[in-house]
Amino acid sequence: MELVCPAGNLPSLKAAVDNGADAVYIGFKDDTNARHFAGLNFNDKKAHKALDYARNKGVKVFVAINTYPQPSGWSRWQAAIDLAADLQVDALIAADMGVLGYAADTHPQLGLHLSVQGSATNYESLSFYHNNFGIKRAVLPRVLSMAQVRQVAAYSPVELEVFAFGSLCIMVEGRCYLSSYVTDQSPNTCGACSPAHAVRWDEKSDGSLETRLNDVLVDRYEPGEKAGYPTLCKGRFQVGGSTFHALEEPTSLNTLELLPQLQEVGVSAVKIEGRQRSPAYVEQVVGVWRQALDAFAANPQNYAAKPEWMATLDNVSEGSQTTLGAYSRPWQ
Amino acid sequence: MMKLSLGATLFFWPRQTIYDFYQEMAEQPLDIIYLGETVCSKRRELKTQDWIDLAQQLNRDSGKQIVLSSLALLEAESELKTLRRLCDNGDLMIEANDMAGIQLMADKGLPFVAGTSINIYNARTLKTLHKSGMQRWVMPVELSGATLADILSDAQAMGFGDGLETEVFSYGYLPLAYSARCFTARSRNLPKDNCQLVCRDYPEGLPLASQEEQEVFVINGVQTLSGQVYNLLPECAEMAKMGVDVVRLSPQHAGMRGVIQQFRDQLSGNGTQIPAIPSDAVNGYWYQSAGLVNTHRQ
Repeated sequence: MELVCPAGNLPSLKAAVDNGADAVYIGFKDDTNARHFAGLNFNDKKAHKALDYARNKGVKVFVAINTYPQPSGWSRWQAAIDLAADLQVDALIAADMGVLGYAADTHPQLGLHLSVQGSATNYESLSFYHNNFGIKRAVLPRVLSMAQVRQVAAYSPVELEVFAFGSLCIMVEGRCYLSSYVTDQSPNTCGACSPAHAVRWDEKSDGSLETRLNDVLVDRYEPGEKAGYPTLCKGRFQVGGSTFHALEEPTSLNTLELLPQLQEVGVSAVKIEGRQRSPAYVEQVVGVWRQALDAFAANPQNYAAKPEWMATLDNVSEGSQTTLGAYSRPWQ
Repeated sequence: MMKLSLGATLFFWPRQTIYDFYQEMAEQPLDIIYLGETVCSKRRELKTQDWIDLAQQLNRDSGKQIVLSSLALLEAESELKTLRRLCDNGDLMIEANDMAGIQLMADKGLPFVAGTSINIYNARTLKTLHKSGMQRWVMPVELSGATLADILSDAQAMGFGDGLETEVFSYGYLPLAYSARCFTARSRNLPKDNCQLVCRDYPEGLPLASQEEQEVFVINGVQTLSGQVYNLLPECAEMAKMGVDVVRLSPQHAGMRGVIQQFRDQLSGNGTQIPAIPSDAVNGYWYQSAGLVNTHRQ
């Protein structure tokens, strides 16, 4: 299985390449990609450097142009696709049918991957994108159980990539507007979930902390309690008279122990989330996954996730805890 | 004049309630009725064949266009089987709420409607789907009136705008997200695979409020809805000018007749004001603002 790793900037890209990535994925410096944050991503010049560095070490580069352009912004998306083609990247990761269609028609040599933001959870959907745009690979949303991934893989016309590790969307990707309902920006429209400009951290005189998104109270923390970024789906709300994490706790997906099953059901690539994370995160996570994949390849019968690997991953996880997400029973 | 449609019921109601509701709706001044299960395949008060039978009966007797709506999040093979049965119904139009439905209908060369959960953000996408057999599309709820105007004018410039109907979700709790997790079951400490169909206890969903008691969302099983009702009644004239063909109302458990009548009066230019719409309704998305904003109150 191919190890696909995030790079929000050049140092992260180098960390991914040096620690065993088979492919890295990057975005350009605007709202054409789903990690549109200040200080992140690559301009033309940096993208060339990234390509050189990765190519020299035999590592592939994918570019994510995976938000949904509206008519007024189309020129930015078109320019991004043209730039990716100029750079001769190994694949374009896209979600929008307009983007996929333009890329397929104008740059037929570009390999196309359907982004997780394309929201395809079944093989009939994948057939549509394959028939219309000739996609070669699809990234599956983090909503399927292992049995469901197996079923998709059995009939899919394209190879499959799944998320292996990182922050967890609990809503099916590409069809979540919680962020735009509260702030006016969503992953689909702007490449931002709970955008930084709408976030407020209010420290109270008693040491407690409130986190707000566009004035809506997302969570309240006791003095000393570890606070998380106010993502709407991970806040504490009141439902039916109780206050709790009504949608999901702050947690990260970790499928390290499922490697043999992912391979067995026919997954071609595993993806690490986190273009917004630091080079140190990339180095640690990629390093662990490289070791795990190599250990599995060397001796598949006796593979087991080592405790020290799990500890390293727990350390860099949201809320310092991990879950098997849709692969675990409570989700099914 | 623009047509008035009733979207598929998003909530889980008992069998008899569903039948009673649609018999009542058949007599309302609506042009189009969508019906079917769009949220959760565990909701089987009406089985697939029951939905098809009900749709066919309404199609014969109501004088309205009847459209069968399909599930938005398809994960299991059994859900694809249900979708195939709907697509094979023989005469009724299908509302596809996932690309799987579009793939199946395109394969058969049959016309379809693309529902709110199909990601259509530009005219290039519209054209691809139109070529695949899409006759009508419902704009994604997070898009604005200005973007809609741009898309429609691009579609005209690209030469296919006239062959396609445009529908706008104009009233009701907005469908905002879908998950593999069931939040209603979670709120009752039940695992999803033994949910005991607790959605039945919440005929208009389960409110989710901030710790300051601000209603933010409504939980509806695996679906998350807006905490406030969306209302574009005052924007109907603008929509008509823009070239919108259909105004969609999303069902609520109580008071739907009044809402329909109020919209009907608005579309036909009658002054009757039936105050059926809640005063905290929102319209932010239409004006490119946060969805929970009401620009008329600011």
